[in-house]
Amino acid sequence: MGRAYWQGFRAGVPFVLVVAPFGLLFGVVATEAGLDIVQTMAMTVLVIAGASQFAALQLLSDNAPTFVAILTGLAVNMRMAMYSASLTPHLGKASLGKRALVAYFLVDQSYAISVAEFEKAPARPLPEKLVYFFGSVSPIAPLWYGFTYVGAVAGKAIPPEYALDFAVPITFIAIVAPALRSLPQISAAFVSVSVALVLAWLPYNSGLMIAALLAMITGAAIEKRLEAKA
Amino acid sequence: MSDFSIWITIIALGIGTFLIRFSFLGLLGGRDLPNWLTRHLRYVPVAVLPGLVAPLVVWPEATGGSADLARSLAALTALAIGGLTRSVLGAIFGGMAVLYTVQYFT
Repeated sequence: MGRAYWQGFRAGVPFVLVVAPFGLLFGVVATEAGLDIVQTMAMTVLVIAGASQFAALQLLSDNAPTFVAILTGLAVNMRMAMYSASLTPHLGKASLGKRALVAYFLVDQSYAISVAEFEKAPARPLPEKLVYFFGSVSPIAPLWYGFTYVGAVAGKAIPPEYALDFAVPITFIAIVAPALRSLPQISAAFVSVSVALVLAWLPYNSGLMIAALLAMITGAAIEKRLEAKA
Repeated sequence: MSDFSIWITIIALGIGTFLIRFSFLGLLGGRDLPNWLTRHLRYVPVAVLPGLVAPLVVWPEATGGSADLARSLAALTALAIGGLTRSVLGAIFGGMAVLYTVQYFT
């Protein structure tokens, strides 16, 4: 049990490198936009989804209507419904309280780390999968809160040479690259990239949702074909 | 932007985001999913993350949306290292190292 926790924890540690600067950046940007420390921390703890926080903040600073800021932030997070569905076969039998706790901590990193492990070892018992998940998010969530606070208090702009904007794309690439092993997976990723680029002009991140659905259909269809042949 | 609209946004986005994350885990719970559905769900990571990243690489916000050599090379490096070595940390370090190096020389 403890072993599964530490395995998850170790898998989560590399993401500290990204979550820390990203949290710092959010703290800085939020205070610059006029949020006080309590508001900045409330947002970071309650929402715990960086990209949507940046998006909502940007719209509020541009004096967009409040409901537009909220809906845009939610649209950015819609991908997490797919994460939730994808973890259900592994964690769905946990108690309601534990599932709620998993849901709260379901961020890109903890999802990607855990689902990779669960696919590799699907037979692991439920309690081990749960502690693995919580292990993976243990180094990530506290740093996200902590560095947002540091950014909000220090409140100094981070020089653009650090190119922190790119830490996030790099992490996602690093997470997904090892999974690109088979023809169905590579095809799904290819469809995802192409459709997302072609439909990038659609509002509310809906291009990404369409791209993701088409990519899932592609991957599953090719997998089925290959199985039928074998 | 008023204090009121900030708080409304924080609370609504917080609750809404939780409900999105809880959705399937909460409602489907322990029920067994049909085979065709789990077959599709296995592709969620490779279906969502590449599409999320692609526009950020091709049209980076930091350059005002125009393609950027340093960022493109960094992305390709991370992809190559991650794919070949399966090391997440190696891919992050390699990608950022290429980004800083190319940025320094251009």
